[in-house]
Amino acid sequence: MIYLDHNATTPIAPAVREAMLPYLVEKWGNPSSSYRFGAKLKGVIEVARGQVADLIGASPREIVFTSGATEANNTALHAALRANPARRHIVTSAVEHSSVLSCCRALECDWARVTVLPVDREGLLKLADLENAISDDTALVSLMWANNETGVLFPVERIAELCRARGVLFHCDAVQAVGKLPVDLRRLPVDFLTLSAHKFHGPNGVGALFVRRGAPFTPLIHGGHQERGRRGGTENVALIVGLGVAAELARNRVAEYAAKVRTLRDALEQGILATISDTELNGHPELRLPNTSNITFRGVESEALLLLLDQAGVCASSGSACLADSDEPSHVVRAMKPESAASRQMVRFSLGRDTTILQVDTTVRLVREAVTVLRG
Amino acid sequence: MAAIYLDHNASTPLAPEVLASMRPFLEKEFGNPSSIHRIGRAARGAVDSAREDLAGTLGCQPEEIFFTSGGTESCNLAVLGAALANWPQRNEVVLSAVEHPAVFGPARLLAKHWGFRLRICPVDAEGRVVLDRLAAAISPKTALVSIMAANNEVGTLQPFTEVSNLCAAADVPFHCDASQWFGKLPLPPIGLFGAALVTVCAHKFCGPKGVGALIVRSGTKLEPILTGGSQEADRRPGTENVAAIVGLATAARLFIKHPMASTPVLTPPAAKLRESLASLPGVRLWSPADQSLPNTVAVTVAGSDSLTLLAGLDLAGVCASSGSACSVGSLVPSHVLLAMGATREEASSLVRFSFGHDTSLDEAAAAAAAVADVIKMVGNV
Repeated sequence: MIYLDHNATTPIAPAVREAMLPYLVEKWGNPSSSYRFGAKLKGVIEVARGQVADLIGASPREIVFTSGATEANNTALHAALRANPARRHIVTSAVEHSSVLSCCRALECDWARVTVLPVDREGLLKLADLENAISDDTALVSLMWANNETGVLFPVERIAELCRARGVLFHCDAVQAVGKLPVDLRRLPVDFLTLSAHKFHGPNGVGALFVRRGAPFTPLIHGGHQERGRRGGTENVALIVGLGVAAELARNRVAEYAAKVRTLRDALEQGILATISDTELNGHPELRLPNTSNITFRGVESEALLLLLDQAGVCASSGSACLADSDEPSHVVRAMKPESAASRQMVRFSLGRDTTILQVDTTVRLVREAVTVLRG
Repeated sequence: MAAIYLDHNASTPLAPEVLASMRPFLEKEFGNPSSIHRIGRAARGAVDSAREDLAGTLGCQPEEIFFTSGGTESCNLAVLGAALANWPQRNEVVLSAVEHPAVFGPARLLAKHWGFRLRICPVDAEGRVVLDRLAAAISPKTALVSIMAANNEVGTLQPFTEVSNLCAAADVPFHCDASQWFGKLPLPPIGLFGAALVTVCAHKFCGPKGVGALIVRSGTKLEPILTGGSQEADRRPGTENVAAIVGLATAARLFIKHPMASTPVLTPPAAKLRESLASLPGVRLWSPADQSLPNTVAVTVAGSDSLTLLAGLDLAGVCASSGSACSVGSLVPSHVLLAMGATREEASSLVRFSFGHDTSLDEAAAAAAAVADVIKMVGNV
């Protein structure tokens, strides 16, 4: 089996699993307890908080653990809008993850105003559009770091500086960037940043929201005093430990990751584009995650190609797993190429740190065979 | 692990069978259930099976189950989701005075941001909701009634059948936070408490932390509190926590129908502790003798405070709590005891012992002896 869907989820690293198991077996207490058996776990959670903070150049107090990226994204958007009732405007982009776009639409139904910035054919934003969109009542700009479907990178430094200069909060959904690219929030003035453990070999069901010191905050999930009053609910100790260890592994490997994965991704991409006719890359060729390749196969429906690839043992996807249940074509590729059928005829390959050149070569061959069959 | 763990209302150990059922999904079966390839489909199959399994255990339809990140999120989803689904035509929420912070928290948010009126229904000296007052609080403006099945701090069982009848007569959705019920008592004859919404929390019955469910009976209106992908029929987006969901279903199958800690097992040690503590000077029992969780013994100690008592007990090897673990960290008087008529001093000296299936008579006796020693020590200070 060749797994090329690492942007959907990644296998748990063995070291992460080993670190989690004691907290599923003998150290199962409730961290909010006053006795040592439970209370000791508070320290364990703080170690993980430090590991996550180190991965992104934050202070541990700026990390709030959540049940995952969807909750973190929702929390950031709600917190920013609650901060100042006079500011009800959100700026986002047409290619955000569904957890940001749906949340914006839901808020729009309630009382917010939303501007959705377009992207060009390569998936890039025009900064001038962003500048023009920001107005006196803008509460928040929410833009992703790296696109989950195409891997295209937004210029987060310039976006952050622009937001800072205009006095507007900036939330960055960095789910696909963290673990794949160096992230240093000491030099990047974002106010909120979302990350998710299972995108970098941590467990499902846990993520974190970075909330910069001094940024306004209102909890989304209310209850006990956990997470210093910022997220109620008994802490999921094992998963938080897993996130912490995954963060540490990612930090140690992020430099080699890019070099290694980029070479393989380029080999896959060149292999497909050069040997299969009527194919086209979706997304800017350079300003992109090193592991992601989104390719349109003209005349070939995504579903059909994915089915044949699956039968041949290759796992890839047609975009966001979170929208796989819907029959809609990819909103990301459609935003880039609205006139074409590209959004229905594309496949996303997302490589991981364990992908091999043999897997890449095999995939190129299997894709070529499948496309030949489908094109009759 | 400390010598004697008497805090099973805070959390319980993960059962070995539950961990065994989870392990494949922490190892080879790592897929995202929304992915259409084989790795994804295997994960989807596991989530679907878990949902059917849990539906069978609870006697509801699989479509009525929504997996969440735990009891707190389930309560938030129930309270915010049901109240806002009926808003603005209905703008009042009725709660008992002894609900968990996971219910009070979102209820206060409804008041603050949407202008809801909170009608807090009083309880009697045993912590049981006063039905006349509840009936009087329900009106055509009521968007939701939220009354727990069993209280976490003192163990009092609520008259959910009567609450359900009142809600049905008024055509008002009833949320029952049953976090403390499952695993200790079997499903009642009425089934899922006669409620429109039921909160389930896995780590209270030997399942994993970080997962729960909200049961939403068909026909109940509910707004999601998280928006995003199309998971959980659009009501709870986010990549499913497959291992935890499988663990929840396994724990439920093992321990909900036939509680992990059955009443005949729990009653003798709990009775032993009650008896021993009742004879100590200054100790007052707050857990009712009847219609109460069989595992919970809550006491207050005159002239002392919870933190001192718990520290002493911890040193003596006894793990107990001052009530809701979700409320510790500061010496806040128990809102449950205050509602039951306790003074602030009393409500600040609550110690809750909650037994598990493996608590022995000897441990109960040892705990009683430790409490006696701690009280003497505190008295000497």
